[in-house]
Amino acid sequence: MNLNNATISELHQLLITKAISATELTKHFLDRIADRDSQINSFITVTPDIALEQAKAADLALASDTHTMLTGIPLAHKDIFCIDGIRTTAGSKILADFVAPYTSTCIDNLNNAGSITLGKTNMDEFAMGSSNESSFFGPVSNPWDHTKVPGGSSGGSAASLAASLCVASTGTDTGGSIRQPASMCGLTGLKPTYGRISRWGMIAFASSLDQAGSFTRTAEDAAILLECMAGHDSKDSTSLNLDVPRYTEALSRPLAGLKIGICSDYFKEGLDSAVENLVLEGIRELGRMGAKVSEIELPHTKFSLSSYYVIAPAECSANLSRYDGVRYGYRCDNPVNLEDLYKRSRSEGFGAEVKKRIMVGTFALSAGYYDAYYRKAQQIRRLIKNDFISAFKQVDVIVGPTAPSTAFPLGEKTNDAVSMYLQDIYTIAASLAGVPAMSIPVGLSKGMPAGLQLIGNYLEEAKLLQVAHQFQQQTDWHKQQPQSSIR
Amino acid sequence: MNIPDGWQIDIGLEIHAQLNTQSKIFSGASTLFGSEPNIQASAVDLALPGVLPVVNEAVYAKAIRFGLGVSAEIAQLSAFDRKNYFYPDLPKGYQITQMDLPIVTGGHIDIVLKNGTAKRIRITRAHLEEDAGKSLHEDFDYFTGIDLNRAGTPLLEIVSEPDIKSAFEAVAYARKIHQLVTYLDICDGNMSQGSLRFDANISVRREDSATLGIRAEIKNLNSFRFLERAITYETDRQISLLEANKSVPQETRLYDPGKDETRPMRSKETATDYRYFPEPDLLPVVVTDEMINDIKAEMPELPAERCQRFIDEFKLTLTDANLLANDRRLADYFETAVENSKNALLSANWVKSELLGHLNRDSVSIKDSPVSAIQLGELVSLISAGTISGKIAKDVFSALWSGETTSATIYIEQHGLQQLTDQTALEPLILEILDANPKQRQQLLSGKDKLMGFFVGQVMKQTQGKANPQQVNTIIKRLLQETP
Repeated sequence: MNLNNATISELHQLLITKAISATELTKHFLDRIADRDSQINSFITVTPDIALEQAKAADLALASDTHTMLTGIPLAHKDIFCIDGIRTTAGSKILADFVAPYTSTCIDNLNNAGSITLGKTNMDEFAMGSSNESSFFGPVSNPWDHTKVPGGSSGGSAASLAASLCVASTGTDTGGSIRQPASMCGLTGLKPTYGRISRWGMIAFASSLDQAGSFTRTAEDAAILLECMAGHDSKDSTSLNLDVPRYTEALSRPLAGLKIGICSDYFKEGLDSAVENLVLEGIRELGRMGAKVSEIELPHTKFSLSSYYVIAPAECSANLSRYDGVRYGYRCDNPVNLEDLYKRSRSEGFGAEVKKRIMVGTFALSAGYYDAYYRKAQQIRRLIKNDFISAFKQVDVIVGPTAPSTAFPLGEKTNDAVSMYLQDIYTIAASLAGVPAMSIPVGLSKGMPAGLQLIGNYLEEAKLLQVAHQFQQQTDWHKQQPQSSIR
Repeated sequence: MNIPDGWQIDIGLEIHAQLNTQSKIFSGASTLFGSEPNIQASAVDLALPGVLPVVNEAVYAKAIRFGLGVSAEIAQLSAFDRKNYFYPDLPKGYQITQMDLPIVTGGHIDIVLKNGTAKRIRITRAHLEEDAGKSLHEDFDYFTGIDLNRAGTPLLEIVSEPDIKSAFEAVAYARKIHQLVTYLDICDGNMSQGSLRFDANISVRREDSATLGIRAEIKNLNSFRFLERAITYETDRQISLLEANKSVPQETRLYDPGKDETRPMRSKETATDYRYFPEPDLLPVVVTDEMINDIKAEMPELPAERCQRFIDEFKLTLTDANLLANDRRLADYFETAVENSKNALLSANWVKSELLGHLNRDSVSIKDSPVSAIQLGELVSLISAGTISGKIAKDVFSALWSGETTSATIYIEQHGLQQLTDQTALEPLILEILDANPKQRQQLLSGKDKLMGFFVGQVMKQTQGKANPQQVNTIIKRLLQETP
C-alpha cells in the first residue's frame, strides 16, 4: 500500500496487523516533512522527538491490544492549538516564542487516543485570512501548484495533508478557515456545530465563531477524528454538554429519501463558471444516488459577510488585547513608559491584517457606533440563524459551492481586501448560525480542485458525514492527489 | 459636616464587596489574601492564550443572598459583558462584568438619621464582576510591580441611587451594607484588606434646582473615615467652584488621605470608552425559582430581626439588643455564651463590659478573642450559680484572657476561689469583726447604714473576696438583732 494516500482506517489495519509499526509510519512522514516541506512551508514547528516518543508508546499499546482507531496515526496540528511544551505561535510574531504550560482539550483527546503529533502547521496570523499569506512565518504554497495559495486560514494543515506530509490534520474554522482550504487543496474538511469540540487551549480569534475541526482524505476519517475530538469540557462553558454519537456507524446508510436543498444565492455573480459546473454535477450525482433536490431560500444569507466582518473583528479586538508585552510574548526594545510599551509591542508584534481587524472591531464597538454596527450585525446574525432553522424544516442538507473559485495565485489578492474577504462568502453563514458544514472534493478545474459544501442542521454531523461518505463511494474526486505528493 | 445654606448634595455610592469564595470567579486559583505576589495567578488569571473563563457558581448564591437581603429583584436571566481597557493589572485587557443584565436589580436599605428617623436609600443594581490585580508603584525603581493574586477575585458591585444627601448618610449607608454583607456571610468585610471599597459619585446643586449637578467620581475609598472626609472635601470644593461662578468638570478623582484632599486622576488612568459587549466565552446566567427558594430557606436572620428577638427572648433593653445584634460575630458570640450560661442578662452584661472592654483595650477583633464564647458562658454560669462572686469572676476572666487557664471551673478549684456560702464558717468571722470594731458597730446600730458597707468590706477582705456580699449583709443584720 502507498502510505502517501492511505486513510486512517487503512493505516489502522496495517498497524494492528503489524504490517507496519507506528514508529516506521511516523519516521516515514517525518522524513517526507524534512525532504519536502521547504517547498510548501506548511509547518511552523516540526516535533520529531515528541512524535517518535509517542510512536514508541503507540507501538506498546498496539502490542498490548490497548489501542484505538487513532493509535499510531501521525497527525499535524494547526499552530493555534496550545500543546504543553511545544511553542504555539498562532502564526504571529507576537507569540513567536510562546510555549504554553497546558494542552488544548481537543489535542489532548487526540493524544490520549494514541495519535502522533508530527508538528504544528502554518496558518494566517491569528487565523485571520483566506490565503495563508498573513503568517509571520511566510506564505504556504498549494501542493497542487506551488505558485498558488492553499487557502486559509488553516492553509498549513490543508497543504501538509495534500502534500502527504501527514495522515490527517486539525484546523479551526471561524468563517471558512477549514472548508475553503479543504476545497482548494482537494480535501475533506469538517467544521462541526459550534460548541461540539472544546475551545480550551485553542487561541481565540472570534470566540462566538471559532470551532475546531479536521482535514482528512475521506468522510470516514473525519468521522473517526470527530468521535475523538468532540465532547463536553468543563473548562469551556460554551462546549455542548451532550453525548457524542458514533459517527462512524451512520456512514453506510444509503441516501434514498434524503432531502437536499440548494439556494440560488450561492450560484450568483462571483462564482467561477467552471466551479459552478462541477458543483452542479456533484448535486446531480447526489440526485442519481436517491436524494431529492429542491430549492430553498436563505433570505438573509446575502448579509452574512457584512455581519461577519463586524462581529469577528469586534470579538478579536478584545481577544487580542492580552498581547500587550507585559506578561509574555513579544515586547518592544527599551520602552520609555507604559504607553510606549503597549504601542510599540503591539505595532511591531502584530501584522497588518490583524491590526486592521483590531481597528475595525474597536471602531464597531465604540460609543456612538455600537448600535449601527455591532448591534445591527448581531440582529442580522439572528435572522441568518432563523433562515437555517426554517430551511432545515424542509431539507436535511443544504448543498452548494465551498468557495467562489479554485486556488488563486500567491500575491493576487493581498492588496485587495474585499476580494479576499469574498473568498468566504459561501462559508460564513454557517459559521454565524453555528451549524455544521463540510467541504468535499467535487472535481478539478484546470488541474485545481474545487469543493462541494454540505451544510447540516445543528448537531447533525452524522448526516453530513453520511452524505459525504456515500458521495465518496460513488466518486473518486477525493482520491485525486497532486502528482508531487504521491511519490 | 454642615451643608452650607442654599446648597444640596447628591451622592450615589458604588460599593465593591469581595465575595468570600475559596476560589476566584473565573478560575480555580485561591482568593487568599496576603500571599507572595503572583503565586495565586493561574493560566486563566494570567490571560495566557487559549484559556477560557468558567464561572465559579458559588458567586450566584452569594449575589442572590444579597438581593434577597435588600428586597431586590433577582434576574432570571443575567449575563456577562466585557469592559475593555488597557492596564497592566488587567491581564486580558478587559474586565468581565455585568453591564446590560445584572443579577440583582432594585432593592433598598434603611438608614437611621441623626434625629432618629429612618431613611430609605434605593439600590439601583448589584452585579457580579472580577477584581483586577494590584500595581505596586512604590517598591521598584523605574518600574511598576504587578501582583495578579487579586486578579479574578469575585466582586459584587452594589450601586445606589443618588439618594444620599450628606457624608453622614453616606457613612450610615456604607456601614449598613458592611453589616449586611458580613451578616449574610458573603463578604468578610475586612476593610484593611480591601474587601469592601467605595466609589462615591458626588455632585452639588442650588437648593431650588430640580436637576442634579455635574458629578465627580471619587474612586477607591477603603475606609468609612476616608469616605466621610472625601465627601466633605469634595462638596466644599464643588460649592466653592460654583460660588465663584466656575464650572465643575465631570471627572474621576482620587482622595489623598495624607493631604486630606481629592485630586483629579491623570487622564491616562481614566478610559473614556469601555466598548462593552456581551462576553462570548460565557453562557447567560439562569436563576430558577427553585434556586431562589433554596437560598431563601437558608437565609440567616438579619440584624433588625435578631435585635427584636434579643428583646423578646432575652428581655434585653433596646440599647443592649442593638449593640449585641449589630455585628454578626458578636451576636453569635453572645448567643453561644447564653447557651452555656443559661443567663441571658448576665451574659449580655459580661459581653458588653468585660469582653468588649478587653477587646478594645488590646485592639483584638471578636473573631480572635482569647476568651471563647463557651468559656465566657461557663464563667457566667458560675456567677449565676453563686459559686463565685462577680469580683472574683473578673480575676478569672483575666486569667482566661491571658491564657493562664482554659477553664473557669478548673481555675477556681485550683485557686480555691469558691464563695464562702457556709453560714457556720462565716458567722464566727463576722462576730469577730463586729467585736473588733465596737465604735462602728454602735454607729451602725444607731442607724448609720453606710457602715454596713464598712463591715461587708472587712469580711470580704478577710475572706479574700470569697464571701458572698449579699449573704454577709444578711448575716450581719441578723447578728445585730440577736445580740445588739
